Amino acid sequence: MAEENQNGKNGNRVSLLQRVKAGMKEDVESLKTDLPAKAKEQIEGLKDPTKTQVYTSIFRHKHDDTPRNRALGVLSNAFLHLHPAKINRDAVRYSYTWGMGGITFYLFIVLTFTGVLLMFYYHPSKIQAFRDVLYLEHDVPFGKLLRNMHRWAAHLMVIAVWLHMFRVFLTGSYKKPREFNWNVGVILLVLTLLLSFTGYLLPDDQLGFWAVTVGTNMARATPLLGHEGPFGPLLHMTPYNDVRFGLLGGSIVDANALLRSYIWHCIGIPIVASIFMIVHFWRVRKDGGISGPAPVMLASEVKEKR
Amino acid sequence: MDWRQLWDIASAPDNVPIVGLMPLLAFYIYLGWKQAKANDTLIGELETSPAMAKTHHRKTWPFRPGWQKEVHVWPFLLRIEFLAAIIVTIVLMIWSITLNAPLEEPANPNLTMNPAKAPWYFLGLQEMLVYFDPWIAGVVMPTLIIIGLMVIPYIDTNPLGSGYYTWKQRKFAIGTFLFGFIILWVAMIIIGTFIRGPGWQWFWPGQTWDHNRLIYEVNRDLPDLFGITSNLAKAIFGAVIVGGYYLLGGFILHALFRRYNPKDYQRMSLLQYSIMMFFLLTMVALPLKMLLRLAWHIKYVWITPWFNV
Repeated sequence: MAEENQNGKNGNRVSLLQRVKAGMKEDVESLKTDLPAKAKEQIEGLKDPTKTQVYTSIFRHKHDDTPRNRALGVLSNAFLHLHPAKINRDAVRYSYTWGMGGITFYLFIVLTFTGVLLMFYYHPSKIQAFRDVLYLEHDVPFGKLLRNMHRWAAHLMVIAVWLHMFRVFLTGSYKKPREFNWNVGVILLVLTLLLSFTGYLLPDDQLGFWAVTVGTNMARATPLLGHEGPFGPLLHMTPYNDVRFGLLGGSIVDANALLRSYIWHCIGIPIVASIFMIVHFWRVRKDGGISGPAPVMLASEVKEKR
Repeated sequence: MDWRQLWDIASAPDNVPIVGLMPLLAFYIYLGWKQAKANDTLIGELETSPAMAKTHHRKTWPFRPGWQKEVHVWPFLLRIEFLAAIIVTIVLMIWSITLNAPLEEPANPNLTMNPAKAPWYFLGLQEMLVYFDPWIAGVVMPTLIIIGLMVIPYIDTNPLGSGYYTWKQRKFAIGTFLFGFIILWVAMIIIGTFIRGPGWQWFWPGQTWDHNRLIYEVNRDLPDLFGITSNLAKAIFGAVIVGGYYLLGGFILHALFRRYNPKDYQRMSLLQYSIMMFFLLTMVALPLKMLLRLAWHIKYVWITPWFNV
């Protein structure tokens, strides 16, 4: 029967086995010839990785040292694009700028980074908070370093903000057209101090507790809104409904105050500050970049209105 | 001289920032002053010779024909930013390795810290609590400081000195800012940090903090010195004194400002002028009230049933 099948209506059809054999032979041949060729091609390609598709999809321009590429390196980068492509040659002088604004922003990033790491080890509750800090200091690898860095970066940020404001004032950089941005900066100064202050309570130790007690006791005396402030009693302010109660979530610095402090410190104020920072940086560019060093102006050159 | 006490205060971990701020501030004042002096010399030269003013490069930094006026941000600015980030990181690392963040005993509402101090950057306000009631020192003053800072660009009508350091062209603005920042803010913080000890009493640097020290101090109110007894009379008397200070002080300042700053005076609108006067007088009022208290033990000037000043 098998004979019939083989020489049946299909005549000299090649057997399946033979076809498979031939096909496999071809495959092996291709492996022998194509693979080395492709490998060679691949290695050739790797000699210039800037031509690979992965590379070109990430970096959108060449990096030869041409003015165009230098500009594109800044302009096409999400993190650098707040910079202009070119700036006044004197504007990079440290003696003029002091670099305090940039240092402040860098410290904010350091604080966010170390702060997030600290959050992994911290519970904002009266029972846990202080123990968490002890645990962090004695058991967590590099925990002490982490907490120290967060603390000192916060203090350094306050100093950097003050010095930044001082420089901006001394160079008259708040003058037209930068009035609005000076105001944004003042708000950022206040937010920086509040960030630092809300963080003070979190270790739940004597230092933070009494500092925050002293600080929030001021709120008792708020005119109109505090129960010990001028005209407060007239508006029926008591320790249980005045502005201090709202800040602390209670009439004393306790569990609710700790939680409120934590949320303001880790979420509330950083978000608000980030928004103001966006505006601040944006306005620096829109108001014409860094203010100087500008050419000096003479009193005789002032054009008076009218 | 108790050196140990002085060292204890200066080396308390949370006081290190204020100790560090002082030399930093001195350095940056020097840096600003040096450039202001150079610019002022240039301004003086240009003002005396109009021909030079037409051609001379208007900066103290050299510029030669053929030099490009602008440089690329990459690499000329970014390398500085990168370097600054590295330096700050190193400083922070060394600081964090060598000095531990303070951690006291667990919070205990029944055990008052003495002295109970706010964070160092608020010590200026806490020092003000000695001289003013909490509603002024803790609420009104911070608010006025914030508003005062915010109005600066709108009341400073002087178009000179925008974008360069100068003293000659902005004596009044810079003088006022230095007075506010250095005297009223930083110096108060230094007093709060180094001078104020247990019971918020005055201890000179090097004097031992005596936790049992009592000072017998009778503070009087100004109306009492004048033998005023009735509440109504006290309220009216205080209002007259405070109002008189603002009126008379305002008049003196007006006389001075008009003479020594005639151009700014001309440029300013009534609103700008009165806002500036109010903030200026309020700023000057702080050291005056401090003087009243420290030198003559006068506590309140203005006494009413609702508030005391």
